[in-house]
Amino acid sequence: MKRQSTNVLLIVPYSVWLIGFVILPIGLIAYYSFIGIDQQWTLDNFATFFTSTYFTLTLHSFWYAFLITTFTLLFAYPTAYLITKSKHKQLLLLLIILPSWINLLLKTYAFIGMMGLHGPMNALIQAFGFPSQQILFTDFSFIFVSVYIFIPFMILPIFNALDELDRSYVDAARDLGATRWTTFRKVIFPLTIDGVKAGIQVVFIPALSLFMITRLIAGNKVITLGTAIEQQFLVTQNWGMGSTIALFLLIFMVIIMIFTTPRHKGGVTRGK
Amino acid sequence: MKRLWLASSLIFILGLLSLVGIRLLEASGAPASDTLVIYNWGDYIDPELLKQFEREYDTKVIYETFDTNEGMLAKIEQGGTTYDVAVPSEYMVEVMKEKELLLPLDHTKLPMLQHIDPYFLDLPFDRHNTYSLPYFWGTVGVAYNPKLLEGQTFESWDDLWDPSLKGRVIVVDSAREVLGVGLNKLGYSLNSKDEREIQQAMLELEAFSPNVKAFIGDEVTQLMINEEAAVALTWSGQAADMMDVNDDITFAIPKEGSNIWFDNVVIPKTSRNVEGAHAFIDFLNRPDVAAKNATYVGYATANKDALALMDEEITSDERYYPPVDIREQLEVYENLGLKWVGRYNEYFLQYKMYTQRIN
Repeated sequence: MKRQSTNVLLIVPYSVWLIGFVILPIGLIAYYSFIGIDQQWTLDNFATFFTSTYFTLTLHSFWYAFLITTFTLLFAYPTAYLITKSKHKQLLLLLIILPSWINLLLKTYAFIGMMGLHGPMNALIQAFGFPSQQILFTDFSFIFVSVYIFIPFMILPIFNALDELDRSYVDAARDLGATRWTTFRKVIFPLTIDGVKAGIQVVFIPALSLFMITRLIAGNKVITLGTAIEQQFLVTQNWGMGSTIALFLLIFMVIIMIFTTPRHKGGVTRGK
Repeated sequence: MKRLWLASSLIFILGLLSLVGIRLLEASGAPASDTLVIYNWGDYIDPELLKQFEREYDTKVIYETFDTNEGMLAKIEQGGTTYDVAVPSEYMVEVMKEKELLLPLDHTKLPMLQHIDPYFLDLPFDRHNTYSLPYFWGTVGVAYNPKLLEGQTFESWDDLWDPSLKGRVIVVDSAREVLGVGLNKLGYSLNSKDEREIQQAMLELEAFSPNVKAFIGDEVTQLMINEEAAVALTWSGQAADMMDVNDDITFAIPKEGSNIWFDNVVIPKTSRNVEGAHAFIDFLNRPDVAAKNATYVGYATANKDALALMDEEITSDERYYPPVDIREQLEVYENLGLKWVGRYNEYFLQYKMYTQRIN
């Protein structure tokens, strides 16, 4: 009996947090999404969301988030694999994590300088005898910087999954005559799929709502739902419409979570 | 277990003691009536002047900054702040007036008012200057670097449409300025509430899309200075910042007209030192102070007697102090109301998406 009441007490702080900072704000977003610009109850915001402007915007956001996630994965998986093979696992992992300790805004500003017409990247291009290129404010710069920023978040879960993989499975596959590629395809990858899913989750979801990089690196020539939300709240002062977009974003995120959350409990994605 | 208790009690007591200490130190400082809290845009006053004011009026100045009108509004509206003086732009003065966030100015406590050019007084956004006095003013125009161009000038908005500028123009990320260019080009009002006019302006702007390099905010200054871009649609003050560092850059106001904006000093309702706020506003309007401030900030002052005290080179510069005939073409933004601000921003979002598609 006493034990039970202690448990209840332990739950209190987190419940208060959960209600105050998760449930209540989401409730407020849902509430505001029904409030028009004239402070009256309305469904106009939803009608607006289904116009071609926001529909296109949603498709754009998904397309860019897809590209960012794909390139991040293509880079992260082999890297994570190589790290598990190395003798200096912890050191290499630290080097991967290190950049994520630096403020995001600072890193982004650094890229503005690096990608400029007179920056080091163009100096390199010119050293190979090509004319200097417009790198900043292009799709390329946007994807490049986003991938750079998300890489640590993708590597970590994949690394954990690979690291916990029982070597004997791989050895068994090789002994039974599987080629390296078949071993990877039929054994390693399926056994680490939960790490990949977790990685996709932590990259794709924030990538959907990027807004600062779209402005600083893509010069607002890439417009995402994140940009639209920022504009509705800060410039237009239309909290209703901003909330409606945020609500849809939230729904999309939940759907992605459902698809990417590992099915069985206690899978290999557990952190160390 | 005992030691753990001892350690945690010790930390707790230490924390409590430092809290009491902080409170004591704060209490021994200047009482509230002798401090003045100023809420201004970043780098928008000569810091020397703040020190001078502290000395002359024996008042402690706390200086805080904001970077958007809307951000400032939110902080004042939500309360919990004690700003004595704030510096909103003209349309925001209207909004704050409507929301009853401003205290009326006592003109008898502002004798230096006589030095302000009457041209800048009694404007539509605040008749009789009941709540505000002009701080600085400026325009929207084209900053460009002739060194990177092939002899183009920007006497007309049409010049921005020149095909040779493909992908070279940085555009300020702000709905009213950008739609305003389209409206100005067609000779319509910047405050148009006519869907047909705005749609025509949009068509004009779509033809301009290929020339757009990026839509950004304050970062434009650095990009122009570093010669990353040749042309920028921006505010005169931002152009002044660029020219301070890079002498090649210049600024033009196209002849079809443009926007003239004002930043204004007001006393928000949150003020706890109304007396001091008046003293500070009057201090700013003293010709010697206004001249020093305008020289530092680089924007145009509305103080006619300060002009005489300033460097001839600055005050005769028609890019910043346009002659009266150009001034006549300039239009002040009116507060469009939430609905139309929303419409303008919807159009601007569509415009940005169009630009993304064709680039």
